[in-house]
Amino acid sequence: MKTANFDDRIKRSKSLLRFAAPQMFYPLAGTFAPWCLAVAAVLTVLGLWIGFFVAPTDAQQGDVYRVIFIHVPAAWMSMFIYLVMAFWAAVGLVLNTRLSFMMAQALAPTGAMFCFVALWTGALWGRPTWGTYWVWDARLTSQLLLLFLYLGYIALTQAIDDARRADRAGAIIALVGAVNVPIIYFSVQWWNTLHQGASVSLTRAPSMASAMLWGMLVMALAAWAYTFAVVFWRVRSLILERERHTEWVGAELAAHEGRA
Amino acid sequence: MLGPFFAVMRRDLLLAWRGRADVLVTLAFFVIVVCLFPFGVGAETNQLRAIAPGVLWVAALLSTLLSLHRLFAQDHADGTLEQLLLSPEPTALWVLAKIAAHWIVTGLPLVLVAPGLALLFDVGQGVLGVLTLSLALGSPILALLGAVGAALTLGLRGGGVLLALLVLPLFVPVLIFGAGAVDSELGGTGAAAHLLLLGGGLLGAIALAPFACAAALRIAME
Repeated sequence: MKTANFDDRIKRSKSLLRFAAPQMFYPLAGTFAPWCLAVAAVLTVLGLWIGFFVAPTDAQQGDVYRVIFIHVPAAWMSMFIYLVMAFWAAVGLVLNTRLSFMMAQALAPTGAMFCFVALWTGALWGRPTWGTYWVWDARLTSQLLLLFLYLGYIALTQAIDDARRADRAGAIIALVGAVNVPIIYFSVQWWNTLHQGASVSLTRAPSMASAMLWGMLVMALAAWAYTFAVVFWRVRSLILERERHTEWVGAELAAHEGRA
Repeated sequence: MLGPFFAVMRRDLLLAWRGRADVLVTLAFFVIVVCLFPFGVGAETNQLRAIAPGVLWVAALLSTLLSLHRLFAQDHADGTLEQLLLSPEPTALWVLAKIAAHWIVTGLPLVLVAPGLALLFDVGQGVLGVLTLSLALGSPILALLGAVGAALTLGLRGGGVLLALLVLPLFVPVLIFGAGAVDSELGGTGAAAHLLLLGGGLLGAIALAPFACAAALRIAME
């Protein structure tokens, strides 16, 4: 009886916070995910078209530089997703909201994927440009350590069967990692640096042609849209799995089977 | 306030003393790993001298990792940990005491043995002091960070490997500054900057790690 009242209250609520309830977020994520995926597809095609056909050939690096249209957005996303993950982990620990932990867990595989893509494309770019696939340079090394942090988070949350403990343990390691990320970044920077300086910064004019910049920004937006789409889908699966004993999931699955 | 701190520390040290062999295994591991490197990279003296700080530091890091699971495992198995968590004393305080005792038992012997091992690599006697100091400042950081990982992986299947995956990336800055201190002393720029950063890191870890560790233990014992 009590749960029924709670369900009614949530459904009638006008506050945006009602979407913190997995039951309310599930349909919302389902509505947004296909749109995000469509946006991601359109922007990827547009960005790659700008990158491969519109942007001029670089004076020094030739056509090799075109890998940045994938490399740079992937590197941006991999770092940003870790921060978002740590943010949701902190929200989850402080406010004790189940959905926050699910968001953190849904973000981790995508972050690790972008991290790997950034390392891989960087290696492919390094071979013709630096003459080697890998150097122990500050940025490369901190990116590699970021990948290890992602893998550690994923391994820890997967190793714990109890969902509540997995959520909280994962949140703590995500936060410890977030405190350590700047320390790792600066320590490896002092240790060794060879990577070319950032080509895009907020404080000065970018040192590249505008077509290149546009291609990169469009690709970055595509990466954002893709992340939203995938995370919404993944969080929907997590919600169904975690809430499988509730009435609304039963009704949802029954409706789904009716349609199929 | 400090009563429970010393009580827990005394208890852990006493337990470690009763099982001395366990402690010596960590030390033996450290010595053997260090001695393996000349077989792997060749016994050329200049090369050995160049890699000595890194080798000693990596070996110290691995032996710390090897002993970490013992930090809470026994107390977890016999229920002591649960009783400690139920006690009214602040968790971070006795956690810090346990970590301190653990470091005295596993970290301090490494610090004391390291200069002797460095002589095997023909490291100049002038930098032995810096090497010892860097290990003395750095190995407690390893113990503090590792304790968080040990608390998170308490009682999990495959806990040991998982622990390595969790804490090794976090150890990297300590490794860089620790081995860097010796290198810069050898290079003539002086080790002060590296040692100060290690000291700062140690203070930061003492301030933050016990609380993260306490939270992790509560989650593990729920």
